[in-house]
Amino acid sequence: MKNIFTLSIVTVLVSVVTLYSQIAVKGKTIYTMSGEPIQNGVILIKDNKIEQVGNENQITIPDGYRIIEGNIVTPGLIDAHTVVGLSGIYNYNHDQEQLEKSDAIQPELRAIDAYNKNDKLVDYLLSLGVTTVHTGHAPGALASGQTMIVKTHSESFTDYVIDSVSMVAFTLGSSIRSNYEKPGTRSKGVAMLRQEFLKAIEYGEKISKNEDDKKPARDLRMETLLKVLNGEIPALFSVNHAVDIMAALRLAEEFKLKLVLDGVSEAYLIIDELKKYNFPIILHPTMVRTYGDYKNASFETAANLHKAGFKFALQSGYESYVPKTRVVLFEAAMANAYGLPFENALASITIDAAELLGISNLVGSLEPGKDADIVIFDNNPFEYTSHVCKVIVNGKLVKEECF
Amino acid sequence: MNSSRTLPYIFSVLIIPLCIVAQESPKAFTGAKIIPVSGNPIENGVIIIQNGKIQSVGSTGVIEIPSDAEVIDVSGKVIMPGLVDTHSHIGEGDGGDKSSTTHPDVRILDAIDPKSDTFKKAIAGGITTVNVMPGSGHLMGGQTVYLKLRKDANTINDMLFCDDVLNEICGGLKMANGTNSLGKAPFTGTRSKSAAVIRQLFIKAQEYQKKIIDANGDPDKMPKRDIEMETLVEVLEGKRIVHHHTHRADDIMTVLRLKDEFGFKVVLHHVSEGWKVAKEIADADVPCSIIMIDSPGGKLEAVNLIYKTGAELEKAGVDVAFHTDDWINDSRLLIRSAAFGVRAGMSERKALESLTLAGARMLGLDNRIGSLETSKDADFIILSGDPFSIYTNIEQTWVEGEKVFDLSDPEDYKYHTGGYEIFRGDFQYTHFCEGVE
Repeated sequence: MKNIFTLSIVTVLVSVVTLYSQIAVKGKTIYTMSGEPIQNGVILIKDNKIEQVGNENQITIPDGYRIIEGNIVTPGLIDAHTVVGLSGIYNYNHDQEQLEKSDAIQPELRAIDAYNKNDKLVDYLLSLGVTTVHTGHAPGALASGQTMIVKTHSESFTDYVIDSVSMVAFTLGSSIRSNYEKPGTRSKGVAMLRQEFLKAIEYGEKISKNEDDKKPARDLRMETLLKVLNGEIPALFSVNHAVDIMAALRLAEEFKLKLVLDGVSEAYLIIDELKKYNFPIILHPTMVRTYGDYKNASFETAANLHKAGFKFALQSGYESYVPKTRVVLFEAAMANAYGLPFENALASITIDAAELLGISNLVGSLEPGKDADIVIFDNNPFEYTSHVCKVIVNGKLVKEECF
Repeated sequence: MNSSRTLPYIFSVLIIPLCIVAQESPKAFTGAKIIPVSGNPIENGVIIIQNGKIQSVGSTGVIEIPSDAEVIDVSGKVIMPGLVDTHSHIGEGDGGDKSSTTHPDVRILDAIDPKSDTFKKAIAGGITTVNVMPGSGHLMGGQTVYLKLRKDANTINDMLFCDDVLNEICGGLKMANGTNSLGKAPFTGTRSKSAAVIRQLFIKAQEYQKKIIDANGDPDKMPKRDIEMETLVEVLEGKRIVHHHTHRADDIMTVLRLKDEFGFKVVLHHVSEGWKVAKEIADADVPCSIIMIDSPGGKLEAVNLIYKTGAELEKAGVDVAFHTDDWINDSRLLIRSAAFGVRAGMSERKALESLTLAGARMLGLDNRIGSLETSKDADFIILSGDPFSIYTNIEQTWVEGEKVFDLSDPEDYKYHTGGYEIFRGDFQYTHFCEGVE
């Protein structure tokens, strides 16, 4: 009995060592995203965090560190807006959780109640270097529900969540009418949202009254909208036509929303207005299909927004069919090919995405104290024929085949 | 046949060659790296074209440039054959309707809009020949059409690969199995039923064919004309190629069984799980027109679709082409698909062939297109560099000796990028009955 006990302790210790062994990543070029790239650099990882980053001449690799070598090293990639984990790989009823169609306004729906960490697409993105995703309810409803931020690698059913309520997903535009009987027009959609926000304000006023007997019954929808109105939860508005972007800006002004603009494929038509408000932007996937509200999307919008002085994150967006998800690495690559400078393209899927999502204290760059999320490429990450060869998440080597 | 109806066709058919035959001075493109596909790349090459055809291809200094030639210096560029897209849905055409799951009589050429902006996407992507297909929502969606993306095409007649739409076979026959074509009656509800319906139809066609043979040219003994049967007889005779949508390994094997039973010529399309039965496909000597998508899934059949299909099929000795399946993949990004093939282990040589000559073979058009060789059509693209680099641009697209796309022209550049009111964007598989793609 005692022996078995000792043995199991040893086993546990060994497995802990395997999981969180100390690692030194040596890279010919390390894009830390917190300064100039480091040539012949070293990253020391202790447990799940980055210990040190620098030139190989400055850093002594301590004994016992496992050395992993590679050509190009970047932070773990961040997909600033996706639906993986909710919109499953099979595309059958039983794995499509991203859009509930009984009501066009349902901000109370929590992403965490639907997110399937074991969906194959989550691991697929991980194999292409995406270590953090902002995922949740899809565009297509006036308010489809909440979003969350997760790591794409997990060891349990609790350890992957970075932020269980990140934003509430709103949509304006023509896509809603194909999912709901009401609203049937753009104007009606905006009117319905305004009315709902006013209702929430009224609810908030009642709640704040001191007399307990006059307090309204708890209402999850109203509670969520109140948090949006208080600025506690940002309002993610998927808007593509200039008309819809302007409507979102009007709503933000009227209700003092903490607005995050999403999609914005016609942003190039209203650069001055966007500058005036300066809300954060999660730009549509570069290769989004030019149909529906995306019909005026351009491969060059990322480059043009950059030229106009905007900082933004890129996203994989939502796909209803084949492919079931886009890959933010490929979208950034195409943005780079169409004029967005290399390091800005990389920033749009690392540090700029982390800052926009409010998680740059944890991820997005290679700096001491941050999560050890690292990707090693055999060549320029954006080239078609390059491979993701190793992925490290929270200090653990989780992918080691070039893909 | 009513001759008054055929007259306009004959007339238009006569006009096309007349336009091309008008004598022009040769053009010599010099200094580029030329990838003929039919042979090894030529580092400092010359290609001479005249009257829509390639006159000669070779090394600088070896090829004689005619004195009257217009010399175009393209030093530092790469020239390769125009791309052949073996499977696309551009042109806003349609196909069979909901009245049946088999429509061998239906021609997509009767429904294509030659002015569709989707053709602009294709030429911006370097595509010069395209097999435009009905969808996969039917077991037999209709006849496909092979188009040349010629300059200033005004009517469908200006785009047809064939010369005579009434007397030639101008495309293939689209077939599908697996889940896309399943549905409520008159569609089939199971895979077994799908195969049975197709077998019964081909057996009927064999009987029709036998009546024609037995008639031995005697008009009194000929069976009544039936355009469904006539098309299927073309298939049985191996004159019309079957382009068969199929994903899952067992569905692929079903196609191979049908091919064995009825002896038709078939190209497997998409072939998501082809890597699982690569040997069987190779043994059957059937070519594959494959798709690359950014992620697996979206439907059960595509869950195992991965980048390595091309590499595995190449290894097994199967002829491979890539297709866009536009709108699934954007026609501007066809080369990207083959580049991902290389990423997953395809040889560059085979990947280049998979965009050009392999596709030409699958459409039965390799006598005219697919490689840069003397007397072939002058269909080629000029690239800024390595075809498989994301940073390379397609700078020019030429079809039959005419420049149809020029990146330096702002009017053309907008199709390279997209933007405000450039693509109409109102076409998205509105014409399929049950499934999509």
